[in-house]
Amino acid sequence: MGGADSLLPQIEASCRIPVLVFFTCGVAWLLFSLAFGLVASLKLHFPDFLAQCPWLTYGRVRPAFLNMFLYGFASQVALGVAIWLTCRLGRAPLISPVAVTCAGLFWNVGVKLGVYGILRGDSTGFSWLEMPRYAFPILFCSYALIGVLTLITFHERRERQLYVSLWYVVAALFWFPWIYSAGNLMLVFWPVRGVVQVVVNTWFTSSLKELWFGSIGVAAIFYFLPKLLERPLYSRYLALYSFWLVALFGSWGGIFIGAPLPKWIPAVSTMASVLMVVPVIAVAMNCYFTLGGEFKRLSQNSVLRFIVFGLAAYVFAGLLGALNVLAPVSAILRFTYFQDGLVILNLFGFFAMVMFGAIYYIVPRLTEQEWPSASLAKLHFWASASGILLCVVSLIAGGVQQGFALNESAVPFLDVLKITLPYLTGCTLGLILLALASAGFLCNLLWALARYACATCPCSERFASNAKPAITGVTR
Amino acid sequence: MNHGPLIFLGILFTLALSWCGLVFAPQIQFGRQEVVNAKGQLYPPNRPGLAQQGGEVYRANGCQYCHSQQVQPKGLGADLERGWGKRYSVAQDYLRDVPVMWGNLRIGPDLTNVGLRRPDDETHTNRVWHFQHLYRPQITSPGSIMPPYPFLFEKRQVRRGQPASPDALPLIGQYKTELSYEIVPTSAARALVAYLFSLQSDTPLFEAPIPSEFTSGVDTNAPGAMSTNAVSPALTNAVAPASTSPPKQ
Repeated sequence: MGGADSLLPQIEASCRIPVLVFFTCGVAWLLFSLAFGLVASLKLHFPDFLAQCPWLTYGRVRPAFLNMFLYGFASQVALGVAIWLTCRLGRAPLISPVAVTCAGLFWNVGVKLGVYGILRGDSTGFSWLEMPRYAFPILFCSYALIGVLTLITFHERRERQLYVSLWYVVAALFWFPWIYSAGNLMLVFWPVRGVVQVVVNTWFTSSLKELWFGSIGVAAIFYFLPKLLERPLYSRYLALYSFWLVALFGSWGGIFIGAPLPKWIPAVSTMASVLMVVPVIAVAMNCYFTLGGEFKRLSQNSVLRFIVFGLAAYVFAGLLGALNVLAPVSAILRFTYFQDGLVILNLFGFFAMVMFGAIYYIVPRLTEQEWPSASLAKLHFWASASGILLCVVSLIAGGVQQGFALNESAVPFLDVLKITLPYLTGCTLGLILLALASAGFLCNLLWALARYACATCPCSERFASNAKPAITGVTR
Repeated sequence: MNHGPLIFLGILFTLALSWCGLVFAPQIQFGRQEVVNAKGQLYPPNRPGLAQQGGEVYRANGCQYCHSQQVQPKGLGADLERGWGKRYSVAQDYLRDVPVMWGNLRIGPDLTNVGLRRPDDETHTNRVWHFQHLYRPQITSPGSIMPPYPFLFEKRQVRRGQPASPDALPLIGQYKTELSYEIVPTSAARALVAYLFSLQSDTPLFEAPIPSEFTSGVDTNAPGAMSTNAVSPALTNAVAPASTSPPKQ
């Protein structure tokens, strides 16, 4: 396909501005979100910390943290990666990059408005959907424009052969608006009656987790892993098998046995969560055989490190998630920090890490320059990885202790709290590490953008000589 | 290989399946659930207006991130043994809640029946307890990590010769304010406490009877004329009929 390769500069140019805008805004949101997460975590140690201000009470800071992460960072970066993968794998320039960029900026306005609403006390009270109703139209319309333009780009693709990553991306682009609008309309605008709200809310959270973030994350793994190893994906059919199984079971999970609902709902939900093990193992096997024992490559390639860490977290989160719903286990862990640990493992360990890897791969290709600081990038990996591990391990270990103590009715409730406090310290330290790592990452990213701006600016001729160094890794 | 339309249909079908299963089917099955007549009274009762406002305060400040509102059945956790309820929670209990705030984490105790554990009484002991607890949780529960909510209270100056407000918080020791000042709950705090008083689900239902160890002494099996209200003064607010005026605040 020699002819198509001459298109590459045109393709890169078309998605340069929108993708860079999505990445930069996303990483900035990540930093804000972690700052709020840190405040929430500190409040568990020092209840009086920032207690005077209603806007910063624990019950507002915590959802603000998660919503900034979900909609500010994760969704936005996911859109950037989805656009880039669509253009790359479809060998087509992005349709109307200006409109996509504008829609992305509006998305950021929507997130700001939503977070403002949560802090103001307008939270809807539904998990992962706390943003008040006035943020929804802005977010949804911005997404609709981005999604439609990306799908048109997909439709106009020159490469008719569909790589598996594109299956995931296109499916996710269709699923997200459905999930997001159904959740908002049935809970926030015209709330359904009684406990049906909780069922819809759980459907929303597990769909968002598995079908939106999960799809984009796995799409990135399936693209970058073979790419970085310079060898084909082990099995296309195994990948498609895991795709359809995730699509079938992904959005059913999350309702625990013992919930005040008709018994069939927790039963079906539990079964789906357990069946999710199958696609997770399929993804793991596929990637393991693609790696083919070349683990030494991990020490050479920083992007690969992020991707493989994310993959491992995806597999662990899937296995723990299946274990978590079994009645004997959930009887202990249902209301403990274990659930938080699992969410962090999934959102940070898997999704955020894979997205970091993708950003490290994509940005040098868009700015036509290497990352300004390789040591910052290295620091970013080790600090994030250890921060996430510290957080997840302490929340899981603390959660197990907490669960056993809660189920021992002889243990007074305040003593249960005391048992968990040391573990919360671990989580706080992990969040600090993560926040530092993300701050370094944002610096590196802004530095790269500034250098790119200088290099392309016509007034700075002196940069022209080193404008195009070779970029490591293979471009497709 | 180009299976575009096929993939598209598959994508739609798979999500439609889960949507039908977990959104549409529950809505069809119990989306039109109605209040039931339990021993001559409608259950769940309509919350008095002030308690409904309190629910908004509860939601806005995210109380549900630390406090659950669901009692697990026997064998799944020690909820009943901890005295968090006389029976497990069922769908009927949440009929009037928007949003339903089940909560997923128990950093604090379950609040499904906090209105039964600390009922509104003549001497206002529990009312004062709640206000003190909200103002400074460590007053009533030393060692608690619940954040204080000073913004739900007003610090007011007491003019000389003027008596203190009847609802000023009694504060002692390190929690005392400066002389000639008093701490008075705002309307939001009053509403929140009214909401907490309204949190009670001890009405025996067909699908959730009260186990026998709790019914000794309380004749819940008596025919309708003998309601639970008549037996235990602590439960006076348990089942307020929708038609009667809201309980005294």
